[in-house]
Amino acid sequence: MKRADEQYCLGIESTADDFGVGVSTFKGEIVANVSSGYIPEEGGIHPREAARHHAEVADKILEEALKKADIKSKDLAIIAFSQGPGLGPCLRTGATVARALASYLNIPLVGVNHSIAHIEIGKLATGTQDPVTLYVSGGNTMVTAYDCGRYRVFGETLDIALGNCLDVFAREAGLKHKKGLPLGAALEQLAAKGKKLVPLPYVVKGMDLSLSGLLTAATTALRNGSCRLEDLCYSLQENAFSMVTEVTERALAHTEKKEVLLTGGVAANRRLQSMLSVIAEEHDARFSVVPREFATDNGAMIAWTGVLAYTHGVVTPVDESFVKLRWRVEKVDVPWLK
Amino acid sequence: MAEVTSGTLLKKGAEASLFLTEWHGRRVIVKVRLPKKYRPTELDEWIRRYRTAHEPELMHEAKLAGVPTPTIFLVDMANAAITMEFVEGKQVKLLLGDISKEQRQELCFRIGEHIGKLHGHGIIHGDLTTSNMILNGEGKVFLVDFGLGEKNTELEAKGVDLHLMKRALQSTHYEFAEECFQNVMRGYAAVLGEQDAKSVLEKIREIERRGRYVAERREEA
Repeated sequence: MKRADEQYCLGIESTADDFGVGVSTFKGEIVANVSSGYIPEEGGIHPREAARHHAEVADKILEEALKKADIKSKDLAIIAFSQGPGLGPCLRTGATVARALASYLNIPLVGVNHSIAHIEIGKLATGTQDPVTLYVSGGNTMVTAYDCGRYRVFGETLDIALGNCLDVFAREAGLKHKKGLPLGAALEQLAAKGKKLVPLPYVVKGMDLSLSGLLTAATTALRNGSCRLEDLCYSLQENAFSMVTEVTERALAHTEKKEVLLTGGVAANRRLQSMLSVIAEEHDARFSVVPREFATDNGAMIAWTGVLAYTHGVVTPVDESFVKLRWRVEKVDVPWLK
Repeated sequence: MAEVTSGTLLKKGAEASLFLTEWHGRRVIVKVRLPKKYRPTELDEWIRRYRTAHEPELMHEAKLAGVPTPTIFLVDMANAAITMEFVEGKQVKLLLGDISKEQRQELCFRIGEHIGKLHGHGIIHGDLTTSNMILNGEGKVFLVDFGLGEKNTELEAKGVDLHLMKRALQSTHYEFAEECFQNVMRGYAAVLGEQDAKSVLEKIREIERRGRYVAERREEA
C-alpha cells in the first residue's frame, strides 16, 4: 500500500539486453526491482531483437513492479528512464514506454544517465559517500570519481569493455548461458580451476587500458588448442582484472579518496572483488561491492537516480527526451553532490 | 636491500613508491616497484622487471632527444629499484592553476615541444599527465615516470600518447583543458611541423571515436 507520506519514482532500464523496472521511494527505499533479460539463441546481443523482447515484456514487467511495490500507477510521482548510453533500439523502446506513462499519468519525466545510475545505486546500497568507482559491465569499463560538480573519468578502456571481452571469449570457448548463470559466471568457474598462467598481453596506457589485443591473443591460443581451457580462462581473467585494478589504484592514489566501489555486471566476479579489496586496503580505503541484485542492469538504479535528479531540480521535457547513445558521464551535471 | 627503502617516502603511487634519500652525498630519488599482491606473482614479476629495465633506457634516450629527464645513477633489477637524480621543482599539476594565462600558455607550448621531440625520436612516454612534469628552479621542464613508455614510431602510438595528455588535462584541469591542449599541440607542431601535428590530431580523433560513448567529442571535433 502507498504510504501517505511517501513519494515514489518508477525507473525504466533498457540500455542493452535487460528490460528492468524498479520503484524507489524518495527516501531511497527500493520497493520493487523486476527485470527480464533477452537471451540470444547464439552470439551476442542483436539490438533489434533485444528491443523487440523489451517491447513484448514491458507491460508484464511494469505490472509486476507495481504489484511488488504494492502501489497503483496513480501513486507515482515521477517516471525516470535510462536515456543513454546504450543500444539505440533498446533505449528507444524504454524511452517510449516512459514517455507514454509520464504523459498518461501527467507526471514529470526524468532522463537518467545509465552509468551514473550504476554508481548511485552502488553508493545507496553500500552506504558509500564519495568513492573511486570501478564500473565494469558488458558495455562499459571505467574508473570514475566525483570532482567539482561532475563525475570525472580517470581511466577507461580504449576499445572493448571488460564484460564484452570475457563474454566473447566465453562464447568462443563454447560456454553456454545456463539458467540464472551468466556467461561470465561460467567463465569464472572454469578460471577457478586454472593453474598455469599463459603469457597474454597486458596493456595499460597511462590511466587507460586496452582489452582487444588480450581478447585476440586469448582466442588465438584457444583455437591453437595449445593450452587447457581452464588455464586460459584463468590467465584471461588474471590479466584483464590486473589491468583494471592497476588503473583503479592509480585513480585512488591520484584522488586520495577513502572509498573504493565496484559496480556493474562484472562486479559479481569474486576474483575481481578480491583484487580490488587488496588495493583498497593498501590505500586505507574502504572497499564495497554492489549487491548482486543491483550489479547487472536494473530498473531500481534508474528509479533512485531519477529521485536524486528530480529532487535537485532536474526534469526532462518530452521534446528533450531523445535518447543519447553515447552519453558520457562527465557531460552530466550531478547537482545532488557537493 | 635495506637502503633501498630507507629515506623519506615522498610518494606512494599506484605503480611505484618514491623515496628521497642520500647516495654518495647527493640527494636522490629511489623509485621502487614493490610487489603487487593483487596479481599473480609471475605476472607481477614480469611487469615490474619489464618496467624497471625499460624506464632508464627511455629516460636516457629522451635526454638524447633534448628532453630533460632525471639522471639515472643505479638500476637494481633484483629489487626493481631505480636510483635517480632528485629534481627540485614543482609539479606542473600544482602550478597550472596558479600562474597567469600567458605563463600557462607558454608552459603548455614548451611541454608540447618536449612531446614533439620525444615522438620525433620514436619515444612514447606512455603516461603524459601533468603530475609527471616538473618545472625546476631554472625554468626547465623535466619529464619523469617513463615506466609505461615504449619505443615506437607508429602514428597510432603517438596518437594514444597525446590522447592521454588530453584526457589528463580534462580530468585534472577541466577549467582550461582545451586551451592547454591547444598550446601543447602548437608546441608539438613547432617541433615536428604542421603536417605531422595535423596527422596526429586526426589520429587522436579516430582514437576517441573508437572509445566508448563519444558522440559529444565527435560534435566538438
